[in-house]
Amino acid sequence: MTWKLFSLLLEASLMTLLVSSISILVGLGIAIVLSGMRMSGNRALFAITGVFISFFRGVPLLVQLLLIYNLLPVLGLTLPSLATAIIGLSLCTAAYQAENLRGGFEGVPKGLVESAEMAGFSPVQTFIHIRTPIALRMTFPALVNEAILILKSSSLVSAIGLIELTKMAQNLAASTYMPLPIFASAGVIYLAINLVVAWLGRRAENALPGLPTK
Amino acid sequence: MTDHAIVATHVSKQFGDTVVLRDINMEVERGKVSCLIGPSGSGKSTLLRCIAFLEQATSGTILVEGQPLGFVGDGKDRRRQSPAELRKVRSKIGMVFQQFNLWPHMTALGNVSAALRRVRGMSRSEAEDRAMRQLDHVGLKERAGHYPSQLSGGQQQRVAIARALALDPTIMLFDEPTSALDPELTGEVLSVMRELAAEGMTMVVVTHEIGFAASVGHKVAFLDGGKLLFHDTPEAVFQKPREPRLEQFLDTYLDRGAAMLK
Repeated sequence: MTWKLFSLLLEASLMTLLVSSISILVGLGIAIVLSGMRMSGNRALFAITGVFISFFRGVPLLVQLLLIYNLLPVLGLTLPSLATAIIGLSLCTAAYQAENLRGGFEGVPKGLVESAEMAGFSPVQTFIHIRTPIALRMTFPALVNEAILILKSSSLVSAIGLIELTKMAQNLAASTYMPLPIFASAGVIYLAINLVVAWLGRRAENALPGLPTK
Repeated sequence: MTDHAIVATHVSKQFGDTVVLRDINMEVERGKVSCLIGPSGSGKSTLLRCIAFLEQATSGTILVEGQPLGFVGDGKDRRRQSPAELRKVRSKIGMVFQQFNLWPHMTALGNVSAALRRVRGMSRSEAEDRAMRQLDHVGLKERAGHYPSQLSGGQQQRVAIARALALDPTIMLFDEPTSALDPELTGEVLSVMRELAAEGMTMVVVTHEIGFAASVGHKVAFLDGGKLLFHDTPEAVFQKPREPRLEQFLDTYLDRGAAMLK
């Protein structure tokens, strides 16, 4: 195991970080929109979110990625692997994050919504300025957890040709005939990244002001 | 235009089979303070929440500054107001809750300025200037940067009052504003409310503070079993030979007061 090989793995881990972080953020945005649709009181929107969440939670991510990878060209869209990977991971994590957020939204005390209503906020403004920030704070540990899961799940995008950490390790293992040190190194890099994410998450959690006390 | 800030006519409220309010008729004059007292479960909070349309009265009408709130028309023609109409009429009302209901993710200043920015469309600096003046008014300018969790209950309630006042309501509704507070913290909230009453704000206060009701209220309303038994001056309610239900209610308070003195 040379420094040269290790630095190739490190370089590839940047791609892992890129795909995962964008997917987490895009997924969070979709999850918030899904939550809003769910709470809108509109039955059709409620049903759509239900189907979306059931599908993306119920079908293996690898199958989802392969589906999207093969479906997009049929629809006349040829996207680079990176974009395809981000779409797949984002949709999948959005379903899980929407479920996480549900608990947070349900935990927002009714009184806080009433005080917003009395202050003249419209339901959409209340959702954006009151419900969502509080729900996000209440479910923040679950968000960090999901970020770690997605970082690890991003190894599956190697199946659609994106050269990230796992794919690079596979390639190097095949060309050097040294699978053990190479996969061990990849594992160490994943672990290191996730330890940092967990640490940052705890720090951010402590810095977030005020959860409802009731 | 009448002199009445609030007119409730034939207001009834049922939750399923339970009747909470029975045919309430009540008027609150502009610039006056009405205190709602009564045993718990008498419907006083529900009446206040119906006035604010946080609860929907099963029948009856509420007029706020001469305009219907929540429902328009009566009987068969009764229909819900559009959300925009509702917000317009409601903007005349400021509400203070038992549990303060401050938004925990915003500072005191953020709580007071949020609606000024989001609803009234003020710039951040304009809204914060105004919010700061309101916080000063309730004696909490120094706490502007604190989050609700960093404030005492009395301070939180004063921020909540400032938040409501910042929107320039003509009527303030208080739903048991001191019931969630430690006894030593009720004074600071009551004195802010006293000041507000002295400035001529129209107020409806659901309270267990009989002393406050007697000294600050222009009118005292006594509810029992969902019925409005009296709505009269404190002198008339407290001093004449009393109706047995009121007598019984007041006795429990006097007993409690006496117990505290022992």
